[in-house]
Amino acid sequence: MDSIFALAAENLLSPLILFFVLGVAASFARSDLTFPEAAAKAMSIYLLFAIGFKGGVSVADHGIDVTLGLTLLAGLVLSALIPFVAFALLRVMSRLSTVDAAAVAAHYGSISIVTFVASTSALTSIGLPSDGYMVAVAAVMEAPAILSALWLVSRDGSKGSMDATLWREILLNGSIVLLVGSFLIGGITGNDGMAQIEAFIVPGFQGVLCLFLLDMGLVAGRGLRTSAKYLTPGLLSFGLLMPLVGSVIGLLAALLLGLTPGSAALLMTLSASASYIAVPAAMRVALPEANPSIYLTMSLGVTFPFNLTIGIPVYIAVAQTVIGG
Amino acid sequence: MQTHAAKRVEITIEAPMERTLRRALEGAEITGFTVLPVLGGSGRSGYWSRDGQVSRAGGMVQFVCIIRPERLDKLLDAAFEVVESHIGVVCVTDCQVLRAERF
Repeated sequence: MDSIFALAAENLLSPLILFFVLGVAASFARSDLTFPEAAAKAMSIYLLFAIGFKGGVSVADHGIDVTLGLTLLAGLVLSALIPFVAFALLRVMSRLSTVDAAAVAAHYGSISIVTFVASTSALTSIGLPSDGYMVAVAAVMEAPAILSALWLVSRDGSKGSMDATLWREILLNGSIVLLVGSFLIGGITGNDGMAQIEAFIVPGFQGVLCLFLLDMGLVAGRGLRTSAKYLTPGLLSFGLLMPLVGSVIGLLAALLLGLTPGSAALLMTLSASASYIAVPAAMRVALPEANPSIYLTMSLGVTFPFNLTIGIPVYIAVAQTVIGG
Repeated sequence: MQTHAAKRVEITIEAPMERTLRRALEGAEITGFTVLPVLGGSGRSGYWSRDGQVSRAGGMVQFVCIIRPERLDKLLDAAFEVVESHIGVVCVTDCQVLRAERF
């Protein structure tokens, strides 16, 4: 237990978290500090490119084994399964309509790549290694949750839109293409490729991540300020409880797979995080009746800050305690 | 200067629906339009802004189309199928153009 508090305290005072807090505080104080949309996108492209490439290089370094395939499969199953758990909890804890509950559930089944990156960064800072292929696991966990949510809606007699536009949003959204593409290029080029671009993607990574989290803090704070009216006590409780439930499911999967503590912490983080980039866009196409203010506020305003400040150190400490390391 | 009557149609719609609306308009043989990014605005859920946003989900785009009056219904029918269930605004105004043959 002491290690959890020590790690949490260390995490809370890291530049990443402090810049995020600065963003939230600036937003609440109504500062005019903003990032242009293009700058935010450029930073996210850099982060996805770097994390994907590093993951690919790591796989090239360590080789492909059965655990990789099984972990990818587990990621698919987790992403498809977690929305059902989230949906059931939402039905108990809130008065959301079926469509809104399914849309929120889809966000919690999918993943937040920035939370994943922050977790990787926290692991690196404490010297706990993780498997590079977890980047690929993150990529496969983006989409299945959307299909589960649409099934939940169709079961209730409502109808979601499953056309080519939705499939494009699910499978070809920019973050997935860049993450998977960089991962593959990193895997193909290996350490030689890394040597060529290391000067670009390694030294600047933490600084860009700090700036990106500052921006996320600004966006999250602004979302909370304008959409707080949607946050009923039940929804707020769900936003804090669901990541813990998801992380436990992720931990069970990690134990079954025999993952290392670092990779287990990442799988817990992925299972605990909620999407706010890919799934919201897919939901606007597939479930236009769902209220975006609810699911965006839940994932970005409640669960993302929770995971960033408290969740990640807890998941790492629990993974270390349960699995050892 | 001789001017000609035309209709200016502005369709403000969620950014993820841009491709779908574009295809619907092209399917209705409406090939001349401009797509503009929307920086922010205010609606039933309050004020929103694109500042710092990464996802397209919270964004809107605006299609601006100037056409001959007799083609208006065809455009609106095509657009309505897409915008019906989505957040957005469709606005039609009268305008004057200089070169009627271009519309």
